[in-house]
Amino acid sequence: MGAAEKAAERVFEPARAEAAIAACQHLAGPLLPVLHALQAEFGWVPDAAVPLVADRLNLSRAEVHGVLSFYHDFRRRPPARRNLKICRAEACQAMGGERLAAHAQGRLQTEFNGTSADGQVDLDPVYCLGNCAAAPAIMLDGRLIGRVTPARLDALLGMPLAQAEPAR
Amino acid sequence: MTRRIFIPRDATARSLGADAVADLVTSEAARRGIAITVVRTGSRGAMWLEPLVEVEIEGQRHGFGPVTEADVAGLFEQDFLNLADHPLALGAMDALPWLARQTRVTFARCGVIDPLDLEAYKAHGGFAGLARALGLDSAAIISAVDEAGLRGRGGAGFPTGIKWRTVATTPADQKYIVCNADEGDSGTFSDRMLMEGDPFAVIEGMAIAGLAVGATRGFIYIRSEYPDAIATMTNALPLARAGGLLGPALLGSRATFDMEIRVGAGAYICGEETALLESLEGRRGEVRPKPPLPAVSGLFGKPTVINNLVTLATVPAILTGSGEAAYGALGTGRSRGTMPVQLGGNITRGGLVEVPFGTSLRTLIEDFGGGTASARPLKAVQLGGPLGAYLPPDALDVPLDYEGLSAIGAMLGHGGIVVFDDTADMGAQARFAMAFCALESCGKCTPCRIGSTRGVEVIDRIRAGENTEANLTLLEDLCATMTDGSLCALGGLTALPVTSALRHFPEDFRDTRGMP
Repeated sequence: MGAAEKAAERVFEPARAEAAIAACQHLAGPLLPVLHALQAEFGWVPDAAVPLVADRLNLSRAEVHGVLSFYHDFRRRPPARRNLKICRAEACQAMGGERLAAHAQGRLQTEFNGTSADGQVDLDPVYCLGNCAAAPAIMLDGRLIGRVTPARLDALLGMPLAQAEPAR
Repeated sequence: MTRRIFIPRDATARSLGADAVADLVTSEAARRGIAITVVRTGSRGAMWLEPLVEVEIEGQRHGFGPVTEADVAGLFEQDFLNLADHPLALGAMDALPWLARQTRVTFARCGVIDPLDLEAYKAHGGFAGLARALGLDSAAIISAVDEAGLRGRGGAGFPTGIKWRTVATTPADQKYIVCNADEGDSGTFSDRMLMEGDPFAVIEGMAIAGLAVGATRGFIYIRSEYPDAIATMTNALPLARAGGLLGPALLGSRATFDMEIRVGAGAYICGEETALLESLEGRRGEVRPKPPLPAVSGLFGKPTVINNLVTLATVPAILTGSGEAAYGALGTGRSRGTMPVQLGGNITRGGLVEVPFGTSLRTLIEDFGGGTASARPLKAVQLGGPLGAYLPPDALDVPLDYEGLSAIGAMLGHGGIVVFDDTADMGAQARFAMAFCALESCGKCTPCRIGSTRGVEVIDRIRAGENTEANLTLLEDLCATMTDGSLCALGGLTALPVTSALRHFPEDFRDTRGMP
């Protein structure tokens, strides 16, 4: 997919939001699946979708906002081209995870929960990827990678964007 | 004869290059005109050997590992398909001491079969638990779970049979089974491995729970950080329906049970059972006060069994093979059966080890784990996730069981063991415990919401040498308030890593400014 198409995909369009909501509306307790569906559609959950979700699920806007803002996963702004999650939990700390985290912040010139200075990479913290026997672990563009050193991270970031490998 | 080659598709194995190795093995064999079948399995849990490649010869599987892409051509050169000697050869997998010394019950099939092959599942003992349960009444199924002594593997260790009996005897028009697969504790990955390596066991366990309590619907709540597990479970559900493990006629009987998958959204608190139920209902993951217990009023206000994934996946195994009495004969004291322990962090042979309760921490860390990966002295072990105690090296002879650990002020949690070497700063670890609680607190109760932030500040002051004695007293006091006054285990147990670090490693809380 080209950069222009990708950018267009991220622009809020009510019709696409309606379709995403309609796909999950029948579920018991549908709000989380609906928010996940919106994020899958747009790459983030635009504020403009909140009144629409509230209306279709018969909730108040405050209720939808409350849930949207509670969960770390839901992005409130459009994502960068690439996504880097670094595990900051104990098992990775025990294997140099914080050194890796500091290195990533320096290289990308951003704090966690921010975007690299060149606008290309979102840097997110994550608390455990379940890869504790191959620490430190990262997830780059949806792909889990174990035993990552600062040099390895540099090499991975230097490679062209690989599509996240689908689970087999 | 076509050789079968087994290569894991477990997330850890993939994170270390298993997909590339599998692709190379396939293409090398094709290039050389050798007929092979590559079977992608779950992981046996020996993460230190991943990617692990196994060759089946006359029904016996022989291992090679850890195999990198660079090794594949050489393996073929040296005729590994006929077991010529090779530096990566591990011999027969059944004889590998790391595996042979374990007692695999819950994880018997994990790493052995293709997780989505229902025939292989059946050939390795699947379906038998549900078949037996269909011939029993509710009380008899629950008695079997009682006799096995099964307790919740999520952390609280509550007797599963008592929970089930409460739901079974509470009248309602609808009841639910909820499988807690929100495995957020750092150092744990047993739920993930089972979902990726033996998803039908999870489904069968939920169906049996449904039969036992009269529930026809189930939910599995999987954390979003596990995309492979979500994919495998999603693919397993239609296969399970076609095979009679789910649906309107379980194994052709008149019993009904079906389930759906829900995905979390990155909130650690949703591993707490009432917060998970709130999240399933589409709300903020805030903890509910108890009572009422979920067993009486749970999901959508209905009686609900909510169990950890390992608990549920163990039920079919308990009902089959030598049965509940044999399972209950394993273990020690009131901790019966086996525990899948996960070795992570700074450890040489990390992975999942299933052993009977009562095995010592030292056996797990030294014999199985082989000590620290860095080869530096072991300084501390965190047991039971981010809310678990930090233990010093001289505490490692404690037997791993619910009561034994509680006697030394620790807890088993979900069975995660994270090892730290002597470069660890335990003051920083204590600070992290408070910071993590502040980040993940749901905000419902004050001791957790405010106490965690104040805890970070007080630890910072202690480490900066400000009124050290007074601030240490304040920290102890704050920890007591959080322990006694929080609604759930997050605020209630955050003090455990803090006070244990303080007790065992006081030197790490000194003012270190100006020291070399």
